[in-house]
Amino acid sequence: MTGARAQGPAPAGPGPGPHAPPRRPARRTAGRRAPLPLLIPAAAGLAFLLLPLLALLVRAPWRSLPEQLTSAEVWQALRLSLVCATAATVLSLLIGVPLAWLLARTDFPGRGLVRALVTLPLVLPPVVGGVALLLAFGRNGVVGQWLDAWFGITLPFTTTGVVLAETFVAMPFLVISVEGTLRAADPRYEEAAMTLGASRFTAFRRVTLPLIAPGVAAGSVLAWARALGEFGATITFAGNFPGRTQTMPLAVYLALQNDPAAAVALSLVLLAVSIAVLAGLRDRWMTAS
Amino acid sequence: MTTRSAPRTRRTLRTAGAGVAALLALSGCSSAGSGDAGSSSEPSGTLTVFAAASLQESFTKLGKTFEKQHPGTEVTFNFGGSDTLAASITSGAPADVFAAASTRTMRTVTDRDATAGPPRTFVRNRLEIATLPGNPDRIDSLEDLTRPGLKVVLCDRTVPCGAAAQSALRTGGLRLTPVSYEEDVKSALTKVVLKEADAAVVYRTDVRAAGDKVEGVEFPEAVEAVNDYPIALLRDAPNPGAAGAFIDLVKSAEGRKVLTAAGFLAP
Repeated sequence: MTGARAQGPAPAGPGPGPHAPPRRPARRTAGRRAPLPLLIPAAAGLAFLLLPLLALLVRAPWRSLPEQLTSAEVWQALRLSLVCATAATVLSLLIGVPLAWLLARTDFPGRGLVRALVTLPLVLPPVVGGVALLLAFGRNGVVGQWLDAWFGITLPFTTTGVVLAETFVAMPFLVISVEGTLRAADPRYEEAAMTLGASRFTAFRRVTLPLIAPGVAAGSVLAWARALGEFGATITFAGNFPGRTQTMPLAVYLALQNDPAAAVALSLVLLAVSIAVLAGLRDRWMTAS
Repeated sequence: MTTRSAPRTRRTLRTAGAGVAALLALSGCSSAGSGDAGSSSEPSGTLTVFAAASLQESFTKLGKTFEKQHPGTEVTFNFGGSDTLAASITSGAPADVFAAASTRTMRTVTDRDATAGPPRTFVRNRLEIATLPGNPDRIDSLEDLTRPGLKVVLCDRTVPCGAAAQSALRTGGLRLTPVSYEEDVKSALTKVVLKEADAAVVYRTDVRAAGDKVEGVEFPEAVEAVNDYPIALLRDAPNPGAAGAFIDLVKSAEGRKVLTAAGFLAP
């Protein structure tokens, strides 16, 4: 990855590449006033997104927070959430990036339909997604019954099941994001690489991938965040067992049933951790590109 | 055209007048007959009922009966885990009636003074084991569920069916590690219906509702874990008249018939 940056057609270099943004545009426009018809709805939008979070902070049980957060169950659920969301993101990268490439760079009959099908999990209620996963990969499912009979693998009620459920829901975010980046990237770099003798796969690996790295990173972050908050597909497909399949959102939901204060505390932990991770990633990946 | 329709209009008017008179007489009659202080007028409008997930089949049926008995009413249900429903009621959800699967859950609502009167127990429910059709694992008792290799799902202990299952296990002195603690009784049952789990501890009403998709196994410890189902009119009910009438229907002989047919026990 790092080697490619040096020998590629230098898209990230200081030259006027197709993706080199104009330097520091923010400072130039800062002096001008934003027009009110944009400013007012923008402020309303921001307030709408932030108010619920503020309400969580205002109503949080700060006094009992320390004892709520020192319970082993919370950390167990948090660790499981982080591990599963990361695994789901890695799995999404492994199969989602090639899928995005296929959709953006090749032409085959029914591509539009395939593209629409890929985005289906975005609109499917996650609980239905969970049932669909059960019907496919469950012990009695279309594929699952063979997995069970041949390899003795059953996926429901396992941590692997959680990863699969999260991947199912989160991967479309990655695919869409990467596909968009690929479409915006100039295919002439790849063509140039191929005229110089690189195979299509080599061109993808050494030219395309470094070129779209920022898009892949952004897509991964989206997918990771979506996987971290996943609830419906997870509880339906993988069930709820502390330490094995009970991720933070599940713990929050069940705590909400009889101890709303604990649920708020758990949500704050999830929020804090995700903000920390996302902010950390932003500094390392996004701004580097 | 106009000449022909004029007399017809007059005739329609006359019949309508007769109808109104008849209705007036009827309603006067009924209000005199029942003499109920709160529901003197005929119930109308939309009625919102929050009810435990296990009541879904029987309450849906009773809702249809209610709409038929009181034309102009529309009953909308919100079925779910009792605790979730209680939480949304105490945080201000606009509901008229709340029927919970346990007195403990109802207490969280009465503690906030969110009911208009004391809740009444209208049915009871007991636990049963739901197994795969034909009971291939030969499950005959609660103890059989503790066999290694058997995939059992329970309700989470925060919901009534889970709490009841725990107290049944305690009565039997049994230790059971399920593969999952489900968020409500219907999702526990679904895992058996889809053959993902070998057995679940659910209510006998759920076993009945699932028909031949599962097989029920009764167990003696269930007697120690019977759930009372309380029903109450809510204090902030937008439609208290219809709510009272619906509660009357649930507690009537007709309501009892529907509920016992679903597997509920008389209180």
